[in-house]
Parts: sequence; structure tokens; C-alpha cells
Amino acid sequence: MTKFDFPPSIKSRPVWGTLQARPGRHHLFVADAEGAQAILDVATPDLMAGSHIIYVPRGADHADALRALEPAQFHEGPSYAASVPRLRRALQDAKMGLQVYLAGTEGVMGQAMAEAVAAGIPHTAIQTEHRGSTARRMQCVHCKGITEDVETDPFVCAHCGLNLFVRDHYSRRLAAYQGVRVDAEDHGNVPEPRGIYE
Amino acid sequence: MTIQFRDETFRDDYTFRNSRWAIERFPFPFHEDSFMYSVNMEQHRGGPAGSVYEKRFDVDEHYVSEMRDRALVLAEDPLRCQSLPHMTLAGWDLLELIMVAKSEDYPDLFQLHRDGDRWRWVNRPLGIDDTFTFLDDTTLPHGPMEYITRQTQGDFCVLDQRDDNLWMDAGMVTTQADWSLDFDLGMNFFEWHAPVPKAHEMGIFQRALKFLLNIQQGAPARRLNWTMTVNPLLDTSPENYHRWGIQKTTLTPENIGRKQHLRVELQTFFRLPRSNALVFPIRCYLCSFEDLTTVSKWGRRLHRVVRDLPVELATYKGFVDNRPMMLDYLSQFDDGLPTSPGIWPDLETEPPLRMG
Ligand code: HEM
Repeated sequence: MTKFDFPPSIKSRPVWGTLQARPGRHHLFVADAEGAQAILDVATPDLMAGSHIIYVPRGADHADALRALEPAQFHEGPSYAASVPRLRRALQDAKMGLQVYLAGTEGVMGQAMAEAVAAGIPHTAIQTEHRGSTARRMQCVHCKGITEDVETDPFVCAHCGLNLFVRDHYSRRLAAYQGVRVDAEDHGNVPEPRGIYE
Repeated sequence: MTIQFRDETFRDDYTFRNSRWAIERFPFPFHEDSFMYSVNMEQHRGGPAGSVYEKRFDVDEHYVSEMRDRALVLAEDPLRCQSLPHMTLAGWDLLELIMVAKSEDYPDLFQLHRDGDRWRWVNRPLGIDDTFTFLDDTTLPHGPMEYITRQTQGDFCVLDQRDDNLWMDAGMVTTQADWSLDFDLGMNFFEWHAPVPKAHEMGIFQRALKFLLNIQQGAPARRLNWTMTVNPLLDTSPENYHRWGIQKTTLTPENIGRKQHLRVELQTFFRLPRSNALVFPIRCYLCSFEDLTTVSKWGRRLHRVVRDLPVELATYKGFVDNRPMMLDYLSQFDDGLPTSPGIWPDLETEPPLRMG
């Protein structure tokens, strides 16, 4: 599957990489949907023998392929939110030298990265690979509500209902891009929504 | 001189005004007839008597009303003041810096009595007389950074220094030029500056950061920054932009002189002793076009700067749509005469406007 080429952007916008197996005895993978493909691409029996995979399919059907890799631990979560307690527990148990790998959508990678950073792992030590949907996790700067999986610009805040435009300014702490009222200087004049990368 | 504190508002009915004293000491940010970003930093070692550079933390006639406005913002949105857990010591450093500086620079307004760790702080303009134990959080009504910055004009960013970078890990931000502390909290120098046009490509942020990382205790630095604001609204936050954005469309050729304000930030940089953090006070001064243009040099120059500013900067600063109306207004104050170098008003030496 071809990977999406994100256009060049400002310096707060995250740059995603390509997963590479690193040496070490303990490996934690968090992936959603098409992110499974990135794990399948790096998996070796050796790596999997020390791996814990937390996978949220979100409608994709890669769970069986991941299970077939025979990782030391495998968890299929019905949603990212439902997997967070387990992820926190895994990070709390983290041994020195735990390698963290994140793959899939920006929203899930960003949130899992914030958990890992909160557990004391520097963000620069965490590997990432974007796969699948390019939808964004957006924070409304006005009401602070998060709208998940935003595909268009502008979009409607799921909490306060304002029409927001999609900025590239990104907060790692919040794992979200910033949304700002699009018609603040001309109330009611809301442009036709278009795909974010159109 | 004794300061007459004004009773005024920065919202709703906007009763904010500058006295003649405040106009003439306004930190006009243009030292020549054009403007572009640069690494415009210098030592903060005082300045001409009465100027905003003279004291470490300038106190002016707007002090009491600005502090009332800050309290209103915080009551509505406590997230304007945040401090990550490792920043508490830096908060105490900041409290000490401000208390010592203000009590030395304005002894008739502020007094600090220290008996070991027992400190008594008297703030006469705000009617505060508190005794507390230095470095003991439980003896203050707020965290140390919040406590002292509720009593000090200007926003404050407290930056942790690590990995050869600065990290915005604490702040009190209620008079900002349209950026969000809640959003930027935890970012590094390059990340929080990401939305600024041109300056990254010009290498300005790399050089500026290098300068900042080397600031030593007792050797603070400063720079000026500016933007435009319609109405003397201190809280031009992104949080409330859905409410105040529309005010930009209320300018008319008749009201622009009174409504349009040049917004100038006196930004200073101090190294803090115990935490090795850097504190970045951002002090906002507002002046209406009508008042600014009473200084003939400033009227001439402001017209030229606004006229020639690159469109990316006018867009980023949020006044590109109003620029034509601004220029119509300002052109009356530009008779084409040359201007003297530097930011000072030069009232004695600059010729009055030649009406024409
Ligand atoms: C460590 C202290 C500093 C902090 C906390 C800080 C913070 C900020 C923030 C939050 C913004 C707004 C960005 C946005 O649009 O969201 C900004 C803008 C800017 N900063 Fe800084 N800054 C600092 C130091 C500096 C220094 C030393 C320079 C020196 C050149 C500088 C140059 C600028 C410029 C040129 C802008 C754009 C302002 C405009 O055009 O209105 N900053 N800064």
C-alpha cells in the first residue's frame, strides 16, 4: 500500500517516519486500522518474541494477520479509548530500554505518544509510521473540545458547533491540531468544506 | 513622580485612555521608516528617566485596572495560567525577582520585608499585605507564579532550559497577541514559533535561541514586538477570538483614529537563579492612532511602515483587510519630511506637521 506524502509544513507539525526494528528485549507496538501493515512490514520471529502489540482495528481486518505473528502479547481493543488503561499499564511496567512503535492514524499515534511521554520516554525516542486515513484530531481553541477524525476544512466542532478552520499548528501534549472559528470576522460566511489536503 | 492610577476598562465600554505622560513614553517600536523581522535584542540595563526601559518591571497608570482585567479573564478561564509540575521552583524564583525589583524600584508602592524565610509583601496600589514562608507553597493563596503575576502587568512565560532548547512549561497569559498558552504549553522554541512567517527561513529563530540560552543571571535582555488591535482590548486570545474577531470590522473612516491601536510588547528575558529557567515577561502597551499621531515623528513614520510592510506580515498580524483604511487615515500625518533615527519622540527637535 502506498504511503501518503504529507506536504511540507510548519515546525510544530509532526513528521512521521518508517518503523525499524531496534535492538532490545522489550518492544511495545500500538497501532490502529492500516497501521497493522507497518507492523507486518518489520515483524520477524525474533522481534515478535519480545513484543506486546495493542491493536485497534477500527473496521480494518488485520487482527488475524497480527495474531499470526505470534507476539509475546497481543491485545485487540474495540476502541483506542478502551485500550488506554492497558497501554498505561504496559508503560508503567516498562523496563529500561523498552522500544515503542506507533503506527496508523495521526490521532492514535499522537495520543499514544502523549501516554509514552507522560511515562517518561522522550518523544524523540519513539518510532512512528503513518498509515491509512489522513484525518486529523482537532482541538477547538474556543471550547477546548476534541473532534476526532476530521477530514474536511472547515468542519463543525462536535462540542460547541462552531465552524472551525484546520490549522497545521500541533500540540504534542494535547495530541491535536488547532481549530479556530472560520467566520469570526464575517459571521455566517462559512466556506464550502473541502478535503484537508485537496 | 507619583502615578495616578486610572479606573478604566479594556472590554465592553472600553474606557481605557492614555494620559499625555503615557503617550510620550509609549514604546514606539520603529527605529526607522520601514520594518522587517530581525534579531532585535539588547541588554535590559535601564534607559532614559521616565521611559518604559528605566525600571526592571515598569509600573504605569494602567496598573490597577490591568490587574482587575486579568482577574476577570482568569475567573472565566483558569487555563490561562498553567504550570507543569516541575516548574514550581521557577515560580518562586520569579516571585523573588519581581518582589525584590519592585520594592527597590518603587519603594513608595511596594515593600518587601525579609526575616529569614518569613517574608512580608506589601503592595499598596492593590491593597495587599501578606506574610508567607518563602518556598512553602501552602503559605500563599495561589502558586508562586500565579500569586505574583496577578500583581504584575504583562504576560509571563517561564521557560525550562534543557537539551539546548527552551520549553514553554509555565505561564500567565491574558494579554496575548492571539496565541494560546493552553495549546502551546510544553512546546519548544521552534514549535511555538511555528506559525510566524519568514523568520524561520531568515535564520532569526536559530540565532535568537542561541542568544537566549546564554543569558546570565543579573544580565537581562529585551526587545520590542508589535501588532495592531481594534479597541483597547487586552485579551485578544484565540480562546475568545470567536467573540472579538468581529470587532475588526467595526472600523470606519470616522472612528479609526480612536479605535485603532498600535499594540507594542516590551519583551524582557531574565535568567532565574535556583531553577536556571528563563522568564519572559511580555508587557503590552496600547496607543490609539489618534494619540500616536500627536507626535509628529511617529505619525510620519507609522504611515510609511504600515504602507510598506510585506503582505505576509500584515496578514499574520491580522490587519491586512483594514490596511487601506489605515493608510487613508495615516497619510494625513505624513508630509514627506525626513524622520530622525531611533524610536524616541524627539519632541523638541522634530518639525511639526506641515499641513498641506
Ligand atoms: C523565550 C522567549 C520567547 C517566547 C516565549 C516567545 C513566544 C512567542 C509566541 C507565543 C509567539 C506567537 C506565535 C504564534 O503566532 O502562535 C511569538 C511570535 C514571535 N516571536 Fe517570539 N518568543 C520568545 C522570544 C523571541 C525572540 C528572542 C525573538 C527574536 C527575534 C522572537 C521573535 C518573534 C517574532 C518575530 C514573532 C512574530 C510576531 C509578530 O509578527 O507579531 N521571539 N513569540
